[in-house]
Amino acid sequence: MSIVLKQERAKQLPFGGIFAAVLGLTVIAWLFLNQSLGQVLLEWLPYLAKGFTMNVLISILAIAIGTLIGIVLGVMELAPFAVVRAPALVYVQIFRNAPHLVLIFAATYIFPFELVIFGNYVPFPDWVKAVVGLAIPASAHIAEITRGAIQSIPTAQWDAAQGLGFSRSQSLRWIILPQCIKRSLPPWMNLYASITMGTALASLVGVHELLHSANDASTAVQRTDFTVVVYLTVLIAFFLFCYPVSRFTQYLERRLASR
Amino acid sequence: MSLTVPTSTTLVELQDVHLSFGSNEVLKGIDLKVNKGDAVSIIGPSGSGKSTILRCINGLLIPQSGKITVGRTRVDELKTETERIALRKRIGIVFQQFNLFPHLTVLENITIAPRKILGISEAEANRHARDLLEKVRLEQKANAYPGQLSGGQQQRVAIARALAMRPELVLFDEVTSALDPETVGEVLAVIRDLVREGMTSILVTHEMRFAEEISDTVVFTENGLIVEHGTPDEIFSKSTNPRINSFVNGLGGRATPLHDGEGI
Repeated sequence: MSIVLKQERAKQLPFGGIFAAVLGLTVIAWLFLNQSLGQVLLEWLPYLAKGFTMNVLISILAIAIGTLIGIVLGVMELAPFAVVRAPALVYVQIFRNAPHLVLIFAATYIFPFELVIFGNYVPFPDWVKAVVGLAIPASAHIAEITRGAIQSIPTAQWDAAQGLGFSRSQSLRWIILPQCIKRSLPPWMNLYASITMGTALASLVGVHELLHSANDASTAVQRTDFTVVVYLTVLIAFFLFCYPVSRFTQYLERRLASR
Repeated sequence: MSLTVPTSTTLVELQDVHLSFGSNEVLKGIDLKVNKGDAVSIIGPSGSGKSTILRCINGLLIPQSGKITVGRTRVDELKTETERIALRKRIGIVFQQFNLFPHLTVLENITIAPRKILGISEAEANRHARDLLEKVRLEQKANAYPGQLSGGQQQRVAIARALAMRPELVLFDEVTSALDPETVGEVLAVIRDLVREGMTSILVTHEMRFAEEISDTVVFTENGLIVEHGTPDEIFSKSTNPRINSFVNGLGGRATPLHDGEGI
């Protein structure tokens, strides 16, 4: 297992580095040769950065909510009672097989623009709907990751826990789920990367995130070379965000592997 | 032999226990009595139901018929999982494959059950755990993870973990069968100490000489029945049953050269 992981890492490392270096150097060289282009981009960078904070915010909230709900659903999928199992299985099967864009559209048009909570009108902005639209598939995927991880723990661990007097839920909480963390990290990371990239879809329902900002900039400046550079900037921004997360996960995996 | 605690109070009693897995009848009427402070060894060929007997005693398996009593608890009459959990808190069990929790340190493996189940404070649980680690001669390994220990060390931690719940009774399920011959001795030494201190123990074992040395009673099982029971001397030296003689001598004779005087 660890040998396989090491090989994957070895394959990934130069590829990611080369991609980033080539893309980055291309853009820098271009801006150096065409300094007016660099100046325009510099003017638009704060606006783009503001857009990107929205992507980061949506992705973090969606994965956090998705993880919490997904773990509960994953445990429910293995419940001894069919009444508990069935709804979780149905939910997971439906939303694991739905495109993210469809769910974002659905969330945008199903939910009202404001909610009435205890007589107060609370706005329900589009970016929150995008969070919901992405948290739903995230939770379905995490349910499957959790279920798989729980099932991969040897039954002897349950025996040992029960032999000490742990109940089923105590065994899960203290013995089984903590051991699932290490096994779930790689698929969890994949999912987070896919959710982060999915945040760009929110531009289609009018959320002011990075891609939307890039569109704005491109429309306002009306220069072909700027349009190309601004979308390359968008690519680099996503890469610079996702790559360290993936490296951090690999670091965590290595640290946990020694146990 | 636990001569230090002379008592004849019955702690565990099985009467006519029958258990089947589907059409496969594993226990065909087991009668067994274990007095408080005694060590009872169950020997016999594989598949004769030895481990199944242990799992019936702590309620991990539920027999189809028969009476099982532990202390004042009628194990066969326990209805809910909650009642069986209460029983298991009183009975320690040590497995063939150790089954330590790999994500926890040695110290945490020992303290997690007392802390989370009995609600004992961390400081108190740690203090007790360190005493137990000293007892199994592993005090310097408190902060190691199970993956960093040898099989024999892991099994001694598993014994300390079972003792941390201060059980009335400890079940040992072929605890040396997965160990290499060099580490068998260190585990048996720990069990020997426990038995001498008067811990009521039921051992399923293939270590014939060890069983002979430490047991008050030895039970021979075959095909789901107890064929014979008696003192070690009666089983190992004076039995007139040819099946027992060949089993005892066959195993003992074969294993002797490996162990150099340590219990086989």
